[in-house]
Amino acid sequence: MTILEIIVLLPILAAVVIALGSPARITALLASGLAAAATFVTALRFNLNAEGGFQETSSHPLLSIEGFPDLSLSFGIDGISLVLMILTVLVLVAAIWAAPAENSIKGSARIYYASCLLIGGGALGAFCSTDLFFLYAFHELALIPTFLMIGLFGTGENRVRTAWTITIYLGIGSIILLIGLIMAVVHLGGNTFNIADLVATANSSDNAIAPEMQNWIYLILIVGFGILVSLFPFHSWAPPAYAQAPTPVSMLHAGVLKKFGLYGIIRIAQPLAPQGAETMLNLVLVLLLGNILYIGLVTIAQKNLNRMLGYSSVMHMGYVFLGVVSGTAIGMNGAVLLMFAHGISIALLFALTGSLKSRYGTLEISELGGIAKSLPGLGLLFGFAAFAAAGLPGFANFAAEILIFFGAFQKFDGNIGWLQWTTILALWGVVISAVYMLRAYRNVFKGPENLALPTVAKMGWQEKAPILLLLVSLMAVGFVPELLVKYLRPAVDAMNLFVGK
Amino acid sequence: MPVYALEIIVVALGILMLMLDAFAKLEDKRSIAWLGMLGLIVVFGLLFRVEMPDAEAAKASFWNFYSPTGGLSLYFKGIAVLTTIIVLIMAADHSPVIVSNTANPEPGAHPQAGLGEFFALPLFACAGLMWMASANNLVSIFVSLELVTITFYVLVAYMRRNVGSLEAGVKYLILGALSTGFLVYGFAWLFGITGSMDLGEIKTALADSSVNPTAALFAFALILVAMAFKVGAAPFHMWVPDVYQGAPTPITAFLSVGSKAAGFVVFIRLSGMFLSSEFLVGKVSMILGVIAVLTLLIGNLVAIPQKNFKRLLAYSSIAHAGFLIMALACSPKVSKAGESLSPTNVIAFYLGAYLLMTLLAFLVMTTVRRRVSGEDFDAYKGLAKRSPFLAFALLISMASLAGIPLTAGFFGKLFVFTLAVQDSQWVLLTVGLIGAAAGFYYYLKIVASMYLEKAEGSETVANYAISIPARIAMIILIVAIIAAGVMPNLIFGLL
Repeated sequence: MTILEIIVLLPILAAVVIALGSPARITALLASGLAAAATFVTALRFNLNAEGGFQETSSHPLLSIEGFPDLSLSFGIDGISLVLMILTVLVLVAAIWAAPAENSIKGSARIYYASCLLIGGGALGAFCSTDLFFLYAFHELALIPTFLMIGLFGTGENRVRTAWTITIYLGIGSIILLIGLIMAVVHLGGNTFNIADLVATANSSDNAIAPEMQNWIYLILIVGFGILVSLFPFHSWAPPAYAQAPTPVSMLHAGVLKKFGLYGIIRIAQPLAPQGAETMLNLVLVLLLGNILYIGLVTIAQKNLNRMLGYSSVMHMGYVFLGVVSGTAIGMNGAVLLMFAHGISIALLFALTGSLKSRYGTLEISELGGIAKSLPGLGLLFGFAAFAAAGLPGFANFAAEILIFFGAFQKFDGNIGWLQWTTILALWGVVISAVYMLRAYRNVFKGPENLALPTVAKMGWQEKAPILLLLVSLMAVGFVPELLVKYLRPAVDAMNLFVGK
Repeated sequence: MPVYALEIIVVALGILMLMLDAFAKLEDKRSIAWLGMLGLIVVFGLLFRVEMPDAEAAKASFWNFYSPTGGLSLYFKGIAVLTTIIVLIMAADHSPVIVSNTANPEPGAHPQAGLGEFFALPLFACAGLMWMASANNLVSIFVSLELVTITFYVLVAYMRRNVGSLEAGVKYLILGALSTGFLVYGFAWLFGITGSMDLGEIKTALADSSVNPTAALFAFALILVAMAFKVGAAPFHMWVPDVYQGAPTPITAFLSVGSKAAGFVVFIRLSGMFLSSEFLVGKVSMILGVIAVLTLLIGNLVAIPQKNFKRLLAYSSIAHAGFLIMALACSPKVSKAGESLSPTNVIAFYLGAYLLMTLLAFLVMTTVRRRVSGEDFDAYKGLAKRSPFLAFALLISMASLAGIPLTAGFFGKLFVFTLAVQDSQWVLLTVGLIGAAAGFYYYLKIVASMYLEKAEGSETVANYAISIPARIAMIILIVAIIAAGVMPNLIFGLL
């Protein structure tokens, strides 16, 4: 058994054990803590001198029949997957830590903790699978737990309706994605699901998919993955779901699971259909501007703190897309770094609003005000998180966004093309996110105190610990981006980036 | 041991059970069901020990109407036996309902009078299903099909004091007889065109250019009507919801798994003869494609507003027939991608997965039915609180039916979709996508009522007594669904 198999199996087995009756919170914390420790060990063991390619590989052949791609349960990581796994374990530990104690959960605490573990385990499995089938299958592991979590433990009257919306929306997205993946595999010879082999076939001039077909496949994949990432205009499931989901689910979903769609585009869609990606570049640019500018303006108009965070997380996906399609190594590095930074910062923000919500019972911005006086610690932490999300230097988000903008502008040859125009417009998103984050911060924490609010308890260390864990990682990467970029660089350099215009 | 010995054993076992019912003074007639179950488990074990005669010797022997076509026919025999075992478990659990609906008013009668036949008849249906898996002659197909159908006429209408069951019985009888008429007429045409009853000879004759394509297509159309009726494909699906809802639950399970699987074996064999002829393949697969589209749309879309679990499963069974016919409509040919999947294997796999997940759902349904009367969704509200195990079993079953990855059902859909991509069947793919998306909704609806809704009235707390065989069967099925969802070779290895 390799270390990756252990990391993936730990949360899933823990979920089973919890379902069978072991104490939920302790088991969950233990399993996620061990998975995190194992992930850091993997990071230390990671060979930085290797030129791309997967490390720590293992493979168990499962199916080999005529006319169907060979299937095997295989794991392996390169720098990109490693960074995303680090993101996942950090958020998973924080999310489980931030989950309420067993006796304060209305309903079954077992379902609560087992679902969180399954969502986390599914994400870990998806990020380190080197087999296309399992990359897809592990991601789907989160589907039903998310449905149950929002429906059972969510907030608001219409939480069941919200649970349905996200499940059906993501379900349809996954089926579209599945068909796109099957098309790609079949048109690449249909012999294997192994991602490295598929990419190699796609890069060979003889066996690549016919250009016409590439356009179709890329389009279907962009729609499928796009739904999972909440690419404009497929974003409408995300904000209400994040606003109503219980805190750990919002953290895991917005922080980690949504990154799966982007990971798929980086790992599958672009390498397998490079010409398709080039043809569809302008379409994607328009859509990502929709994310940054349109959703950005929508975010400003939000009156509920959690909904605002939900929209802001949709908005930031636009930047990642820009980095991914920029076709430059710098942009790609920035994109993955932003996936990490955004994942941590949004999980951080949701953890903080979860604390607020448990104290005041509301997150309507107009009903809160001046609460930094009674909760100075929370106010300070929220301030940090808000600055991070707005892209202030010193946080990982800034480092990532600057890389993306440089990357997207790198191909400037005197003529301002689509990519450059998009970059110029996207820069305004930075202003927009500063506007909504600072306004929310001022209205909620500063200003005149709303005297109608009840007096509440201060944050204990128990509550602060997961938040500090996330904040410290965010600042560490912000000051020393090289901590992660050193893993990313070889992986990105080994990629055959398509030529953006 | 020759293959046909298995059917003989099953029939003998059935007769023994009938005799016990008539002559032995049994306190609890459920012991007949346990006997049948144990006997069938032995038969299931024997399936792995039979010897296959080589094709030439088989052709010359007396048993030439009964073809040993390799592992596939054994696989389908296994499906028949497995289904019958679980149907007997359910029938034993369901016996209070049966007894209360067949109660004999005569004084001094056995309190369980009439229960024995209910356990013995499935054995005869099972023998018919097993024979059907090996039938390679029109007459032999017809006779085995009738053995199954006539047994089902009795079983569907078994609860004779229940109007729903009687109504279902009459509907099934009339429509079944009509479809049999179509089948015989189709066979007559086929015999007239080719001059043979043997499937192999008919196949050769149809591949010849001298055959009249119009006559052959007419024969195909007649056979298609009958087969579409048997497997519950649109537009001949009308009987399915009513019969499924009215029949006793174990029999519904039997119909929806055993009868459908055997129907598909015959369907594959019969349509295979036409599909292998160059002159007919285009039109035949187009007709099958149209049937698949209709079945997928009707099955999946009409399932959405259903409020009764049994009816929902009826439409789900139609929907799955749609996916299976979709695989049948994809004619195997060598594409750019090299060899394509074999539709026969895909269908066999799909049916194996379908058996696991559907029987699990019916097992849960029978257990719940012992506490709550009726099969409306209301009966399942808050089941997660009342019995976490039953709710979890049903959750796995529904996830697999919906085709969520890491369950057996997902691989079924994956294979069908792959086949459609290999054959560039874009229309079928689009319709399949709509169907699968609708499936997400209506299967999760039952999950939602189990987990997200609160029970009404007095049924808030209750310990569900799950009989030991049912519990064992459920655990085996749950493990099998997940295991086959990770390692599909477990099922493919049997083909």
